[in-house]
Amino acid sequence: MAAPITIHLEFGGGAELLFSGVKKHHMTLPSQSQPWDMKQLLVWIQQNLLKERPELFVQGDSVRPGILVLINDADWELLGELDYQLQDKDNIVFISTLHGG
Amino acid sequence: MCQVDEDYHGDLERAEVPNVSKKCVKCKEASAAVVIRAGDAYCRGCFKEYFIHKFRAMLGKNRIIFPGEKVLLAVSGGPSSCSMLSQVQKGLSRNAHKKLRFIPGIVYIDEGGALGQSVEERMKLGAELQAMFKATGFPFYIVPLEQVLDLPSSVVVMAPSSSEQPGSAYKSAVNAFIQSDSSTCLTPQDQEDTSLPEVQESHTRSLQHLIASVKTLTARQDLLNTLRQHLFVHTARTEGYSKLMLGDSCTRLAIKLLTSISLGRGAQLAQDTGFSDSRYGDIISVRPMRDYSAKEISYYNHMFSVPSVFIPSLDTKTTDKSSIQRLTETFVTKLQGDFPSTVSTIYRTSEKLQTACRSSSTANHCERCLLCMCALDTAVENASAFHATLISEQFSQTKVPGATRTQIPRQNPVTPVLTPTGQHCSSDGEENCGRKEGGGGCCYSAKQPQTTNLKTLLCYGCQMTIKDMSSVEYFPQYILSEAQRRRRRSQMKEEITEFLLDDDDDDDEGN
Repeated sequence: MAAPITIHLEFGGGAELLFSGVKKHHMTLPSQSQPWDMKQLLVWIQQNLLKERPELFVQGDSVRPGILVLINDADWELLGELDYQLQDKDNIVFISTLHGG
Repeated sequence: MCQVDEDYHGDLERAEVPNVSKKCVKCKEASAAVVIRAGDAYCRGCFKEYFIHKFRAMLGKNRIIFPGEKVLLAVSGGPSSCSMLSQVQKGLSRNAHKKLRFIPGIVYIDEGGALGQSVEERMKLGAELQAMFKATGFPFYIVPLEQVLDLPSSVVVMAPSSSEQPGSAYKSAVNAFIQSDSSTCLTPQDQEDTSLPEVQESHTRSLQHLIASVKTLTARQDLLNTLRQHLFVHTARTEGYSKLMLGDSCTRLAIKLLTSISLGRGAQLAQDTGFSDSRYGDIISVRPMRDYSAKEISYYNHMFSVPSVFIPSLDTKTTDKSSIQRLTETFVTKLQGDFPSTVSTIYRTSEKLQTACRSSSTANHCERCLLCMCALDTAVENASAFHATLISEQFSQTKVPGATRTQIPRQNPVTPVLTPTGQHCSSDGEENCGRKEGGGGCCYSAKQPQTTNLKTLLCYGCQMTIKDMSSVEYFPQYILSEAQRRRRRSQMKEEITEFLLDDDDDDDEGN
């Protein structure tokens, strides 16, 4: 049983529009049986934070192509993308590179 | 590799995913932070160095911007143009290695009116940008898109270019610049406290009418693009700038390339996506960010806190299929996700394209499109794809009872451009044809001739855009009056054609 963890989420490049314009979110993820990974986080964001048009943020079980993800200021491709296991106080940034957000 | 049922997501890619402890490929010491191309992971420091170097190398290699020249940076507030701004700022700073030596200014076009933003929203965004521009110390111009309604028609006339300079001119210019005191270029401009320009409500309304008269998002975006371009050129001309820097990234250009093809702008590809673009003659646009992918730019901006402002655009929060531009973007980014070299492959193709028209060297007239100012691509022989399209369009528009009525009018407006002999009917014949067609019961009777008239002055791509407009009466005056002027010109030329020297005639036919 993993303890609840707090993470810091940030949305930029227009992605914040899908979260009622709020860029920075401090979130506490509830405790669950196995440790949190990115895949679960995306589902959680979709259920708890995302305000509209989920198809503009997620696609399949990953983020929509064109949205960049940084975990603690590093490219998530270096950290295993969806398999990365979240740590307490992680800083996760989503930046849209798409035109018009 | 080429089999349909092959699974690309298998070991082929997974094998390449670097593990957490991967080191930077350059210094091999610090741990990597960014993956640029597949497998190339850079650390923070090396990434910064690489990014800065690339910008100066791009400008150094192309030798288009002369020392001491006034360069207008077109900044939209988005990541790419803001990144460009910060690179220019860095490059001009006193202790920069390989210092840049031009005199920059900033232009921002406030498109809020076209997007239907409220005055408060526009003020808020404008103030944000103003603060950002002030911090740079460069002179800046915040221009509301509404000004496009007051442009002089000289904007859509190609100005004579300053004579082509030979390669050696660049070197001597550099030397001359170094000898003269170069410190002047960085004196922070005393920007008088410019309040944001007032916009008349009636102007905003007519702009909105114009945008609303365009029926599809594709054409809307295309039109907005054109208007924006005109405003850039006008600002550059009135403020005395000779170069215009655009912040198109390589991802954006790859998307633009495919979009342009789908929009029927294939003939203008080289100018639309190349490093430099001299279609306006005196103002040359350059695209120094064309070597960066959108990803690199976003990472750089995030890591080194380059400020940017998010400005909603026409396609904000729209679905994938809302416009050709949007669909192409989705297509490219999606493909890029699975095949990381997609963008660079498309982009390399664009590098190899060249304009066939001798436009830039012989400034006088091959005919130019009234809107995009590219050489007209509609003057082609009868056995061409363009004609096949026209003919098929004619047939498909033929309605049952009026078989005789509809056969000619569509073709007619095009013929004048094609063969000089056909121009006889261009003045009155054309309008009559248009009226006949319009008179057949539809409500556009008065507007139809105008649309068709305008069409003869446009390239194929812009014709497609116009076609999606309900009427051209909302067009800014400068475009309409220039259209009239050109028509009068060709009419006059027609009248005096017998007295012209043969030599000139041949030349025209060659075009």
